[in-house]
Amino acid sequence: MERSSALIGSIFLLISISCLINPISAAASGSGEGYSIAGRVKLDNFVTKGFGLGHSPKLSETKVILNGGQRTTFVRPDGYFSFHDVPAGTHLIEVSSIGYLFSPVRVDISARNPGKIQAALTENRRALNELVLEPMKDEQYYEIREPFSMLSLVKSPIGLMIGFMVLVMFVFPKMMDGVDPEEMRQAQEQMREHGIPSISNLVAGRS
Amino acid sequence: MEARFLLGFLLLLSLSSFAFAIYEDQVGLADWHKRYIGKVKHAVFHTQKTGRRRVVVSTEENAIASLDLRTGDILWRHVLGKNDAVDQIGLSLGKYVLTLSSQGSVLRAWNLPDGQMVWETDLQISNPSNSFLHVLGNVKSGRDSLSLVCNGGSIRAVSSIDGLVVWKKDLSVDGLKLKHVFQPPESDTIYAIGFIDSSLIALYHINAKTGELLKHATQASSVDLSSEISAISSDSLVALDTSRSNLLLIKFMAGTITNHKLPLSDIVQDFSGLAELIPTKSNDIFVVKTPSNVAFIKVKGDNEIELIGKADEAGIVSDSLILSEEEQAFAVVHHSNNAISFQVRINGREALTEGIKIEDHRGHVKRVFLNNYVRTDKSHGFRALIVMEDESLLLMQQGEVVWSREDGLASISDAVVAELPVEKEGGVSVVEVEHTLLEWLKGHMLKLKGTLMLSTPDDMAAIQAMHLKSTERNKMTRDHNGFRKLIIVLTQSGKVYALHTGDGRIVWAHLLTPLLQSESCPSPSVLTLRNWRVPHRKALQENPSILLVGRCGAGPESHGFLFIVDSYSGKVLETQILDHSIAEVVPLPLADSSEQKLHLVIDDKLNAHLYPRGSDALEVFVREMANMYYYKVENAKEVIKGYAFKKGCSTGSSAYCFGTRELWSVVFPSDSERIVATARRKINEVVHTQAKIMTNQDVMYKYISKNILFVATVSPKAAGGIGSAAPDEAWLVAYLIDTVTGRILHRVTHQGAQGPVHAVVSENWVVYHYFNLRAHRYEMTVIEIYDQSRADNKDVMKLVLGKHNLTAPITSYSRPEIATKSQSYFFTHSVKAIAVTTTARGITSKQILIGTIGDQVLALDKWYLDPRQTANPSQEEKEEGIIPLTDTLPIIPQSYVTHTRQVGDLRGIMSFPANLESTTHVFSYGIDLFYTRIAPSRTYDSLTDEFSYVLLLITVVVLIVAILVTWAMSQKKDLQEKWR
Repeated sequence: MERSSALIGSIFLLISISCLINPISAAASGSGEGYSIAGRVKLDNFVTKGFGLGHSPKLSETKVILNGGQRTTFVRPDGYFSFHDVPAGTHLIEVSSIGYLFSPVRVDISARNPGKIQAALTENRRALNELVLEPMKDEQYYEIREPFSMLSLVKSPIGLMIGFMVLVMFVFPKMMDGVDPEEMRQAQEQMREHGIPSISNLVAGRS
Repeated sequence: MEARFLLGFLLLLSLSSFAFAIYEDQVGLADWHKRYIGKVKHAVFHTQKTGRRRVVVSTEENAIASLDLRTGDILWRHVLGKNDAVDQIGLSLGKYVLTLSSQGSVLRAWNLPDGQMVWETDLQISNPSNSFLHVLGNVKSGRDSLSLVCNGGSIRAVSSIDGLVVWKKDLSVDGLKLKHVFQPPESDTIYAIGFIDSSLIALYHINAKTGELLKHATQASSVDLSSEISAISSDSLVALDTSRSNLLLIKFMAGTITNHKLPLSDIVQDFSGLAELIPTKSNDIFVVKTPSNVAFIKVKGDNEIELIGKADEAGIVSDSLILSEEEQAFAVVHHSNNAISFQVRINGREALTEGIKIEDHRGHVKRVFLNNYVRTDKSHGFRALIVMEDESLLLMQQGEVVWSREDGLASISDAVVAELPVEKEGGVSVVEVEHTLLEWLKGHMLKLKGTLMLSTPDDMAAIQAMHLKSTERNKMTRDHNGFRKLIIVLTQSGKVYALHTGDGRIVWAHLLTPLLQSESCPSPSVLTLRNWRVPHRKALQENPSILLVGRCGAGPESHGFLFIVDSYSGKVLETQILDHSIAEVVPLPLADSSEQKLHLVIDDKLNAHLYPRGSDALEVFVREMANMYYYKVENAKEVIKGYAFKKGCSTGSSAYCFGTRELWSVVFPSDSERIVATARRKINEVVHTQAKIMTNQDVMYKYISKNILFVATVSPKAAGGIGSAAPDEAWLVAYLIDTVTGRILHRVTHQGAQGPVHAVVSENWVVYHYFNLRAHRYEMTVIEIYDQSRADNKDVMKLVLGKHNLTAPITSYSRPEIATKSQSYFFTHSVKAIAVTTTARGITSKQILIGTIGDQVLALDKWYLDPRQTANPSQEEKEEGIIPLTDTLPIIPQSYVTHTRQVGDLRGIMSFPANLESTTHVFSYGIDLFYTRIAPSRTYDSLTDEFSYVLLLITVVVLIVAILVTWAMSQKKDLQEKWR
């Protein structure tokens, strides 16, 4: 809000001075008993990273929706939006902007106290002093491809296969080394007698 | 050790938590996205300046868009809310597009180059009615220009720079309707002309800078005035009377009004019927369109008029286009057979006539917008935008269609899926195989490079292009995996399109209604389409076909018609105008001997007519008739009624006509409940298993019935939108009703909740979305239904002795004891549509497809909505994969199936199975179309495109080499040992 132009700032100041309990801009309009809801969508604090090819989130594509589609408006270049002629009651404002997640906002327009408007984010029940809507978080629609690393290669099924093979090739002979050669020969002869075929037999058998 | 490895491997698999997520470079691999605008109703050309020539259009679908005039591509587009219909568009200051919408109460300005909204003004109009916008050319208050919005008897002047209302004038005259505003050049006075109660003509002089009323005058009219006028010069206009056969020439020189009545039959010799005035701009020329011709009339001097041109066939006439001070041009377009003749008339004289061939599936010309350009020899050339009956948009220039847009696809009302033809057996040449093998290897080398992150940007682009060009996915034949199919869609205009799932291209398109248009069928409109014959064992050689059902008139009692269309070619196989009306089409789970599916058409007198007509169809139906039921939801009366069929119908003696007998009715108390939503299972959904094993090794049996109907009612006060009801006076009641017996299986009331309700029913559960007024958040509730009567089948002895009832069919005739479990969660967004994924055999876990308010489609795993969840799951529950209960459903951005795309004005989501069990097709439509394939539990039954065959090959080679090396080494070692 501090960044907004001096004129707007002074308007907000005026409103907040004139009625301290009513910080959100609201005005009873001329026709009927409708009120106006005015607010601002702020995207500039969010750095957009890794967004789709050739797509950059634009303010021009940002829509503000009242009560699940009863009315739709668009935001101006400075982020401001407004709904006019809204009856008293409790309303819901949603912001649709690709690349960002906005919390819906509950807006209460008091019937007894004309023009008094209160707003709160419904997702975390945080009350808003001014109707400045900021995204809760930016949305990353694509899985990020992890940079090439040995770990990812090892993790892949093929990597596991190679790993297992290497293990068999280098660790098993090491384990064999620990065994007494005499015992080993005995065991091998025993195996041959019982006729249990094994790879080592097959390899050795050829020689 | 191996076991540990396996465990580790499984752990790694389970770590990859998102069931659906794609990498950025996979965009366009399985999905496609098409953007449309809808049926164009206004068009403003912007061609004056050098640079990009464009046309700004507004459409019946409440979209405004800027199109590139060379290619027809969308430069930018905005879709306004559904109650925000555009009344008029205009250009201001050469850089803003002004749109007047919501019956003249909202004026918006959009930046022409990029579509950013610059300002928006609520004009606070008390009684919205026909309004019009007039952009003043030359009020130079600073650098600003004013736009006037006239509504009834009030004028508002709006600054084009910032949208502020500069002045506002309410003329406060009862019954005054302003018709025309103009400002003479170099003058500060605005003249406003209006009619008061169709008998008085009123003229007002208003100061353009302040809005001050300078002078006004009224004059009684000699005829009853209709609302059609045409301004022909700076001081006169022509109006049509209410009988539409007389003209009134009105002059308002120097503050006085004169009017003069002119019968049309005096001017146009063979005049009869009702005339129509085409709005013109100046030059003392106006255009009258009569049923038989188009007359160009010039006003000469005092009250004298002359016919200066006539186009003999009545065609579609464009608005006037001013070429110079003296010249204005009109386009007249006639349509005959499959060609249109395009005629440009300058001041009534024929200046240009071109004949253009047009595909006959586009129907008649509906609207035409004319624009000119200056040729190099300084003569005028003309181009025209033409809106056809099928809502497509064509640009015509120099006797050719430069581009065409199939904007009918923006208004899809129904869709079904059809198979493609089987690939013909035939030899593939060796050269071709070698070529493809080489390509294949090359492709995989590139992919390998990509995986190893060694590829250059050029390689990346090549990979991308290779994916997109893949001929495999665009073939016109059936594939083993069932990825290639035809989506057959019906649009509002009654046109049927077949779209290929590979790339979304139109395989065939047909506008069927003109085929029927006749005396017996005055205004045909297609209501719905169904699969008529699907490839099956017996009907493999027969082409599949589609049934289209429609009505000949607007009312529910008007006669119906049906078409049977070949789904390979779009050829009409059968046309039939029915002798009864159509209220509903009920597909039956039966087919006749030639595999045509049986359908019952219910008419407005509740008789059921069986189609196809054939003795074997009749035989099949009569055999099963006792088991056939029908239910009807009467929204207005808050009643649901169930019927059985009986022989003999009330209207005729046809053997194919059956009567209905009311079996049951559920009457909702109309003072406390209103039906807002109903949902039922898809008729062709496949369920894999009936049993569900609980964590404690217990078995629960799902209550799987095809006859479950979900009904949601709300209190009458809460029937409006959000913001209209207080929590105390709102409630929502959800019912589960058996449609055979009318038995209410389950009923639950949500206090303080209201609609809109969106629900989906699948297997033994229902998920519905509604608004909770107490928390002021949206909620989603899941209800799961279990069959208690089968619960005691756990006894092994019983199973062994065959004393179980597992093989007993699920039937609505018995009254099973059922148990329900339910759970509610908060959900962040508003919902526009909801669907569930369907797979070929129903083994794959389900995802709920949610169309959010941001026009995206979110795939939410069903296991997030599990009534068994508790806040602290036990160890067993955790092992089974039950997540701890949270109050809000998570929204994971990667699970948006539409990724960065938006399906403008999303209306429907459709999911249909592929042959591969893991994969399902998702097609969502609104103004845009989006198609993709998703695998809710990952593709466990096939290798993905990502799979690197080359890496596998290299591994195998490395393995063989390693074996050889070790063999050699061991031999050497052996030898050494022997020498020792």
